[in-house]
Order: sequence, then C-alpha cells, then structure tokens
Amino acid sequence: MYQIEKKKKIAPDIYQYEISAPLIARKFKAGQFIVLRPFADSERVPLTIMRSDQGAGTITIIVKAIGLSTKQLVLLNEGDAIADVLGPLGHPSEIKNFGKVVIVGGGVGTAVAFAVAEALKEAGNIVISIIGARNKNFTILEDEFAAISDELFVMTDDGSYKKKGFVTQQLRELYEAGIQFDRVIATGPLPMMRAVVEMTRPHATPTIVSLNPIMVDGIGMCGGCRALVDGKIVFVCVDGPEFDGHKVDFDSLMRRNNAYRGIELEKEHQCKIDQQLEKEDAE
Amino acid sequence: MNEIPLKDRMKIKRHPMPAQAPDERIGNFDEVNLGYTPELAWAEAQRCLQCKAAPCTDGCPVHVQIPQFIQHIVDHDSLSAADTILEDNFLPAICGRVCPQENLCESRCVLAKKGKPVAIGNLERYSADVTTKERAKRIEKVEADPTGKKVALVGSGPASLACAGDLIRMGHDVTIYEALHAFGGVLGYGIPEFRLPKSIVAYEINALKKLGVRFEKNVIIGNTIALDELMIEMDYDAVFIGAGAGLPRFLGIPGEELVGIYSANELLTRINLMKAYKKEAITPVLSYQDKVVAVFGAGNTALDSARTALRMGAKKVNIIYRRTEAEMPARVEEVHHAKEEGVEFIFLASPLAFIANKHGWLQSVRLQRMQLGEPDDSGRRRPMPIEGSQYSRDIDMAVIAIGNGSNPLLRNTPGLEFTRWHTLMVNPDTLETTVKGVFAGGDIVTGGATVISAMGAGRKAAQSINGYLTGT
Repeated sequence: MYQIEKKKKIAPDIYQYEISAPLIARKFKAGQFIVLRPFADSERVPLTIMRSDQGAGTITIIVKAIGLSTKQLVLLNEGDAIADVLGPLGHPSEIKNFGKVVIVGGGVGTAVAFAVAEALKEAGNIVISIIGARNKNFTILEDEFAAISDELFVMTDDGSYKKKGFVTQQLRELYEAGIQFDRVIATGPLPMMRAVVEMTRPHATPTIVSLNPIMVDGIGMCGGCRALVDGKIVFVCVDGPEFDGHKVDFDSLMRRNNAYRGIELEKEHQCKIDQQLEKEDAE
Repeated sequence: MNEIPLKDRMKIKRHPMPAQAPDERIGNFDEVNLGYTPELAWAEAQRCLQCKAAPCTDGCPVHVQIPQFIQHIVDHDSLSAADTILEDNFLPAICGRVCPQENLCESRCVLAKKGKPVAIGNLERYSADVTTKERAKRIEKVEADPTGKKVALVGSGPASLACAGDLIRMGHDVTIYEALHAFGGVLGYGIPEFRLPKSIVAYEINALKKLGVRFEKNVIIGNTIALDELMIEMDYDAVFIGAGAGLPRFLGIPGEELVGIYSANELLTRINLMKAYKKEAITPVLSYQDKVVAVFGAGNTALDSARTALRMGAKKVNIIYRRTEAEMPARVEEVHHAKEEGVEFIFLASPLAFIANKHGWLQSVRLQRMQLGEPDDSGRRRPMPIEGSQYSRDIDMAVIAIGNGSNPLLRNTPGLEFTRWHTLMVNPDTLETTVKGVFAGGDIVTGGATVISAMGAGRKAAQSINGYLTGT
C-alpha cells in the first residue's frame, strides 16, 4: 500500500512524489491535505495535496526536507512504500466563479496554491498567479501554473530569475495598476501570508489563507493545531485549513509553530539523516 | 489451602493491590499496579459472600457474573474464572485496570455497607492476566454459522471492540475502520502505559483478529469513505459508529494559545500514541525537565496528564480544580496514586487568564479562589468566586483536561442527526441512529464517559444489529 510511483527532485531539498492512494485520490478536492508517516516509527506529518489522478489512483505531493520526518520521507524512492497515509483531510477550498482571482504561492505552499488555482480556473475564474521563491533554483511549478493561469508572475527574492522582489511587491503593483480582483488566495510561509493579508486589508479584498500549524492526529482529537481566528480558538485540521486571512492571529501561530524547533535539532539521529541527504545530493 | 467458613470470611481485610513504590515508579513508565499473586487472589476471593442476588452483577454495565467467577478463583480454577468473565466482557484485562469499580460493581457489594467491598476489579484483572498464555494457545473459532451479512464498525476503541467481539461470534462478517495508524482508540492514545500497558490492548485486538475480525487503519469514515458508500457501494448491511469523543474543550480564557499550553489529548497522544516518552521516539514533546506544570481538571485524564508530566521529569505538578476533592470525577485509586507520587492538589481555584513572558511563552496563571455554593444540575455543589481573592502563580507549562466535545467529522453526513450537544442522536432502546441500519454507541453518543460504558453500548448495539440483520 501507499507505494511511491514517481519521485522527482524539483529544487534543492524539494521533491515531488506521486503516491498510490486510490481511496484518497478519489475523494480529494482542492485545498485538502493528508497526514503521513514515512516509516512505522515516524511522527505524523501533515502535507497538502497538489493534485490527484483518479484513474491512476495516485495523489501528488510536494515535500521540502526541512524537519526530521520530511527528511526521513525524502529518503524513500520509487517503489518504496510509505507506512501510513490518511486523508483527504480538512474542508475543501470554496470553489465557484468569483470573477477575477489572484493566487499567491510561496515556497512549498505553491503546491496547494496550484490545486486551488486549477480548480478556480475550471470554475470559470480569471486566474492571476504570483509565485515566489528565494532564487532561481527554488522556483517550482512554473510550467504547471503557466498552463492554468491567465497571467503568471514569477518572483525571486534575489532577482536571479524573472522578476526581483517578494510576491507582495507584485500584488502591490497590481493594485497600483488599478486592476480589480474579487478574491486573493495566499498559501505559503506564515510571514508571506501575513504580508499578503496586510496588503489586501486596506482594499478590503477577501483574502483566504491556508494555515499550516503543527498537527499530531489531524482528525480533530488532540487540539494541537489550534489557532486564533477572530479571537476564537479554531482547530485547523477540522475547521480549516482555509480561513479568512484578515481574521487570523499570525503572531501566536508563528510562535506555536516554532515551539519545537530547538528540541528537534537536539535529536541525535538528525545528523545521520543529514549526512545521508548530503550523500544523495553529491551523487 | 482450605475454604474458610462463611462467618470468618467477613473478618478478612481487603487485600491491597501490590504496586511499584512511588519514588521508583515516577522514574519509569512501567505499570504502577503489579497484580495479585495467586495467594493474594485466593485470599481476596474468600471475602466474597456469594450472595444469591448478586447486587454486584447489577452494578456492572455488562453484567459480568461476579460471584461465579470469584468462586472459580476460590476453587483454584483461574481459567474457568476468566471464561466466566469472558461470557459477558470481552476485555477483562483492560476493564480490571480502568473501570471505576468503586462506582459500579464494588459500590453494590454488601461488604461495602460496613467495610471495604471485595476487590472485584483486582480479581478480574488477576483472572485475565494469569490465563493470558493459556487462552492464547486455544484455537478460538466462531461456532455460529456464517450469516452472510457484512457489518462495518467505525473506530477501534472499546465500543467497537466489544461490538465486534459479539458480532463475529454471531456469524457476521466484521470489519473495523480506524482513522489513526494504531488500533484501540482511547485505550491506545489516551490511557498511559503505566496504567494500561499497550501490550494488553494488542493482545485483545489480536484475539479479535484470530476470530476473523478485519482491521483497516488509515481510513476515516466521512472523508476517505462516505457513510453511504459503505452501505451502497461496499455492500455493508449495517454500520456501527463508535468514533468516540473528539475535540478537546478549552477553558475559554485569555492566553490559551500561548506556547507551553497543551490539551490533555495532545500531551497524552504525543506520549502514548507517538511514544514520546522513549528517548528514540521522533515525535517531540516540550521538555518537562525541572518545569512547574499545572493541570486543569479533575477527571482520570487530568490525573493521567499530571502523572505523565511527573514521569517526564517535571519538578512540580499541580492539579488545579475549582471544586474540592469530594467532587473529583476521577477513580479513587488514581487520586491515591497521584498523591503518593507527589502530585499536589490546589482545590477551590479557577483560572482567569494565562500570562506570557516577553517571548510569548507561558509564564504564569491568574487564579480566582472559589467556595462551594448550592448544588447545581449535576448534583455537585456549585463553585462560586470569592470576591477580591485573585492571585497569580508562576507556571512553565499548563495542561487543559476539562473534557471533550464530540468529533465533528461525521456532522455533515446526510441523514445523521445530532443533539444540541453535538452528540449522535440514537434510539435509546436499539442505539439505531436516524439512518436505517446505522447504529452508534460510546462517547460519540453519550459525550465523554468510561471504557466500560462504551463497551456496554457496543454490546447492546451488537444485539440490535443482529436483530436488524436476522429479522428477529
């Protein structure tokens, strides 16, 4: 079960996987996620789904080897099996013809942004996409976005590829050019989503963000993924993952997401995995 | 050893359960209670007066034939004792450990009127534990003819396990769907190893597998497979929903989102399900080493959290409760064990707000002193604030253990109706939901309750499902 059908390295430390999971592939709707465990003793990792192929019974995910478990995951290759895959989880994104929408994707958040963008395009929207990365090497899914976007802007922080600057710079330029749009969907690192939300707030553009808190079970049991939205506690795994960005308390979420960083670094087998990855990179 | 005459039996004092010494056990996650020796079990079994009316059996949600199984222990026949229990209770090793016997069977024991009741729970546990190997060797098989009917069970906690045990013996084809990667529900993720070793849960699940029950993990009914797909596309003839309690309740006070505040569910899931207490585990848990931990709540989950925090190296652990010890819903034994281990109780105090340090981590809690007023709807005296008695207490970590709401995952299922408390609506006689052929029991129906009551509901549902499937 959960065999890896395809693995592709698409950027440094970033891999695209096609995983056999027929039941999930059949039910997946844009905006939903899975929880997986690479090995039988791994922790549970929430990851967004980029697309599914019902015919082939596969789902596609994009993973950045950033924590212990994602580093474990990327050690697995085509033909290997993933121990556990659960999903699809969370509410699907609201998909209808809003008119003109702007999709903002940053980092591996670009994967879920793609799923939503594709579904919104199919629903008849005019889709303007802005994807951003640190530099040329980290730019991902450009071709995929080009295929479904009416307009695509590719940004790099250092200007090593296409346009220099953050995604918010492009968004500002759209506003300054007087372009009217009906909805913004931002998925990516928390600082990016917060910056987008602060930019759209004065314009009162409805802005949806897809939150990525720490989760354990992912099925509404542990309460670890709680966030403050509109001053109230929500559970991202069952109430989200998408929320009205203008109501999200990003500060508390960023603190909670960083709570384990130090502990994880102390875990001793970390170094072994890093060595293995470096070896793979060298090969 | 000879049987003791009836008149002398009343004079035997209750035999306490042998346990690991408190200072030793707070350094490990091994089981606290060590179990009766054969000598202790035999001596305790002699205390039973073999009442014909068996009020103890009436006090048991699944009506275990208590005097009968105890007589087998007196007769040095522990296998028959276990088999007698198994007729009514499929999970004796588990119930012997986690049932609140003092509120159930033992509360009805005639000895309890003048002294201490027979230690029924300890004897149940003994009967199960000492016969484990013998029972494992037996080739269990279903004696009923196959009915050709398929039943799907949602969740693999105590309600579903009990339901499955009965349905498979009735000749039905039984499949359990579990959302997590491990089976057992709250028995696995909730109750700590030191109170219920996971090897015991695994043994019981294996026994069901041997009887032919299929277990499917990583399937969340409502998401991976819709309820109506089970019935229509997958040809299940009936469904039992034993999905358990869900979202943890929070206090609803300022500062609850701070780093350093866990729900009891999250703490226990990290430690029990994800094994964070083991050094080699990958799932991290915030360090408890030398920390001051406050647990809010007074049920078994609160005590499990407090005792877990101690074992994870906490310097000081407080249970903070707005009523008094008399109103605590936890098992008496757990309170006793927690006190022995050094958990300190702060009664008549209610939290008002959590205060952060400059990094946004928890630093202290603002508390309000309380006093007990008139009894409320639950019959417990209502805690009332004492004016002008607020104070702060420095804490490094907090655990919120004030219960769970119901799981929201099935709420959008067409046809399923819920009560205003968001629990599943069922016919109280049959446990059938508002969808024909779909039954439910356990915490998803009652809200947070006990393992044994969930098992009782699972067994009751099995009877109804059997009737529904066979037209009897």
